[in-house]
Amino acid sequence: MSHVCINVCIQLYLLVCFLMILSAEISAAKNAEDIRCKCICPPYKDVNGKIYNQNVSLKDCNCLHVVKPMPVEGKDVEAYCLHCECRYEERSSGTIKVTIIVYLSLLGLLLLYMVYLTLLEPTLKRRLFGHSQLIQSDDDDVGDRQPFGNTRDVPSHSNVLNKVEHAQQRWWRQVQEQRKSVFDRHVVLS
Amino acid sequence: MENAGYCNDSFSSLQSGTSDEDMVEIAGATLDFSSTDDVPPLDRDYVSGYPAYGSGTDCTNGAPKLMDLLDEPLPGVGTYEDFNTIDWVREKSKDRDRHREIASKSKESTWALMKSVSDAFSGWLLMLLIGLMSGALAGGIDISAHWMTDLKDGVCLNGFWFNHEHCCWNSNETTFVERDRCPQWKTWAELILGTAEGSFAYIVNYLMYVCWALLFAFLAVSLVRAFAPYACGSGIPEIKTILSGFIIRGYLGKWTLVIKTITLVLAVSSGLSLGKEGPLVHVACCCGNILCHVFTKYRKNEAKRREVLSAAAAVGVSVAFGAPIGGVLFSLEEVSYYFPLKTLWRSFFAALVAAFTLRSINPFGNSRLVLFYVEFHSPWHLLELVPFVLLGIFGGLWGAFFIRANIAWCRRRKTTRLGHYPVLEVLLVTAVTALLAFPNEYTRMSTSELISELFNDCTPLDSSKLCDYINSNETKSSNELPDRPAGLNVYMAMWQLALALVFKMVITVVTFGMKVPSGLFIPSMAVGAIAGRLLGVGMEQLAYYHHDWVIFRGWCSPGADCITPGLYAMVGAAACLGGVTRMTVSLVVIMFELTGGLEYIVPLMAAAMTSKWVADALGREGIYEAHIRLNGYPFLEAKEEFSHKTLAMDVMRPRRSDPPLSVLTQDSMSVEDVETLIAETSYSGFPVVVSHESQRLVGFVLRRDLTISIENARRRQDGIVSTSRVFFTEYIPPQPPSSPAPLKLRPIMDLSPFTVTDQTAMEIVVDIFRKLGLRQCLVTHNGRLLGIITKKDILKHMAQMANRDPDSILFN
Repeated sequence: MSHVCINVCIQLYLLVCFLMILSAEISAAKNAEDIRCKCICPPYKDVNGKIYNQNVSLKDCNCLHVVKPMPVEGKDVEAYCLHCECRYEERSSGTIKVTIIVYLSLLGLLLLYMVYLTLLEPTLKRRLFGHSQLIQSDDDDVGDRQPFGNTRDVPSHSNVLNKVEHAQQRWWRQVQEQRKSVFDRHVVLS
Repeated sequence: MENAGYCNDSFSSLQSGTSDEDMVEIAGATLDFSSTDDVPPLDRDYVSGYPAYGSGTDCTNGAPKLMDLLDEPLPGVGTYEDFNTIDWVREKSKDRDRHREIASKSKESTWALMKSVSDAFSGWLLMLLIGLMSGALAGGIDISAHWMTDLKDGVCLNGFWFNHEHCCWNSNETTFVERDRCPQWKTWAELILGTAEGSFAYIVNYLMYVCWALLFAFLAVSLVRAFAPYACGSGIPEIKTILSGFIIRGYLGKWTLVIKTITLVLAVSSGLSLGKEGPLVHVACCCGNILCHVFTKYRKNEAKRREVLSAAAAVGVSVAFGAPIGGVLFSLEEVSYYFPLKTLWRSFFAALVAAFTLRSINPFGNSRLVLFYVEFHSPWHLLELVPFVLLGIFGGLWGAFFIRANIAWCRRRKTTRLGHYPVLEVLLVTAVTALLAFPNEYTRMSTSELISELFNDCTPLDSSKLCDYINSNETKSSNELPDRPAGLNVYMAMWQLALALVFKMVITVVTFGMKVPSGLFIPSMAVGAIAGRLLGVGMEQLAYYHHDWVIFRGWCSPGADCITPGLYAMVGAAACLGGVTRMTVSLVVIMFELTGGLEYIVPLMAAAMTSKWVADALGREGIYEAHIRLNGYPFLEAKEEFSHKTLAMDVMRPRRSDPPLSVLTQDSMSVEDVETLIAETSYSGFPVVVSHESQRLVGFVLRRDLTISIENARRRQDGIVSTSRVFFTEYIPPQPPSSPAPLKLRPIMDLSPFTVTDQTAMEIVVDIFRKLGLRQCLVTHNGRLLGIITKKDILKHMAQMANRDPDSILFN
């Protein structure tokens, strides 16, 4: 029954993640570190090219405020500043953090689930119910047209749980069908 | 107002079986829709849950179809098998009936009025939701892909979730020459060895790059294989087929969405030569399909759902490129089959919402939607059209070559042992790609970055290798560089780019179509951009060193800035993409939305047209149609013209040597006869005639509906046995008391099947099929039923006429 829980958990998790991402974006406070003014100044006379970064707001984003210390003096400042290009940029580091963490956790969950389904579940089943009762194995149910016959001896706890389990098994069978048509028979999706 | 056979208003629970939501447990009967046989196994427990109709309502559906004594619509009647084609006419008339009912009821009470208003609004609400969800997903994919791509190089100590650019965002250590250097970003060599210089560090970096690439590719293909095999490939050929009426259950489902999103990031990050635009279209269509289930209007009707999917395809391209208008045009030109004007407006709305959502998530940190935003606006000269046309020719040649090579490779994968080792194949291709890509800095960077660098023209603020022109010591006050002789670095960059071009051309052929999500917009654009930039720099140097030639004298004096290699790169990218996909209008619109350069429409159009002409001369179909044909989908191409002089009777079945047409009679068959007929044949429908002698047509009945009705009747109606008579007539004559109860099947019969005479030209028949979306058409002669033409027969006929193998059409 645990893989049923995992399946439901994954769906809930997806929903939660989606909502989290949206809310993180909407409610993201403007971190002072998340804005910057970037000035790129090309080589000028004897001065090498340099890039200046400062966390100033949009109204202060010009050459005079950001380029400190000024490499030229006096009369050349204006000419120097004409060459420089200053751009205001902002980002949301909160969104990035949330997205990456959600993605990695989702990936980890899926990998665990995959390992469980492919490696652990058959061994668990075999140990619990005896090998002869297994109609459904991981591979080769070609043309197995009988409706899913649940011949396991487990007492059905409740109707709902049984139905969810039934749906879960049906999904797994469908995935196997898909796998056959895509990977083995190459009927769909060359 | 209900047509008993086709009105299915109370199918609330069961119609979820037509969805791809196979996980949803149906409260009543559980119908297994996953089988590819024609006869679905009906499951056991019917719950007597569905409300019976009030009787006496009459259906107005063209021909009046009275609702007979069948009180309740059967579950499953009106649904379709997997890998079958829908009946567009039936779906559209179902929707019209539903709309008529709501409209007529809306005057009765406020509640009904509100229902009708909400029904009208549901389309717009659905578009809004699709835009939001797709935009959010695309933003997530972009952020994750950027981070994971940089993970192959190193890690950020400030917070592992930052990629290289964001790690050094606030740093003061960046220099003019090395824009990305900062102490917080550590390459793997630095972390493992402690140093960043030296050949040993290079080797360690190389090794880690290859290892990470292999790991990502392995994870991607394992997840695809384990959870959602439909998530591999681009998705656009299958979506085209689905939009033309085909049904592939599970292709646009939840699990496919999740797996495609996650493995797309992995595949792109592993350094393989693929893009994410095609898969993003698939992701957006999955979102569209999943959100359709919230609204009854779209859940139950396959034709309406395809309208939504057309809009979702537009959303996909819109978030991929940041080009809403281009996305709508792409959906119109490439993906959709029927595109009514209503869909145009709604697609545009959805695309805008998605673009806005993506912008607010701000994945690139500078409020731009796309990486390739270019800022130059320098003019181009008329004489430059010659190199642009040359680029167009190159694009056309590349397109034709790529399609042929890729189809040959995919066919080999389908038919030989190469296809038995998908995981190994992916790993091998990744290994080769990573090994060959690392030494060349232009292939080591991600393809999007490469394109972005190639599109951008050189200003005094740039310090990359491509912009290393020999400095003349005058400092001008303008922001533009005059044409100058190339420095040594530029020549080196040219060599590296040429090698990158060859590498990309070869490796993309092998990569597209593998069992990971893969798109080909970005690789094609990269090939074109490299070629364009090479040509542009060549022209620039030519103009500098030979400024006294006639062609340059008028407009390109020394010291002037006349040739912009970045523009050549853009035009080259458009040409190559057009050559491969054969897009026309949508390509030009996407390109100028990508780059913001409205001045460059004429060069883009010139290149796109030339490339399409050259590519069409060498091969008739674009890459997506070629894949459709390779897979044998029943896709009736709307752009091809049927130009042969055959008649309907040449194509119809049964042919001379075949057994006669299997028909049902309207009142002389028993249940057992019908069941035998169904069991012995595998046709998906049967015509109903008055009698075997007269062969006058009454209607057409589908196999699936017959099976369901008969099984249901046997179970639930009293007195139906094998010898019961089956009646398709309106009025049943009184039966002698000793005979078993009759079975009325008129409600499931289509009373207005399309017919043509046997002398109809096939051009007209093909046109009818295309325009109306038919599955089958009956052929009559002198008023008597002669045969039947199905869509598959037409496709086989067209294949035969074009000297292709007619057995390659696999599905109905």
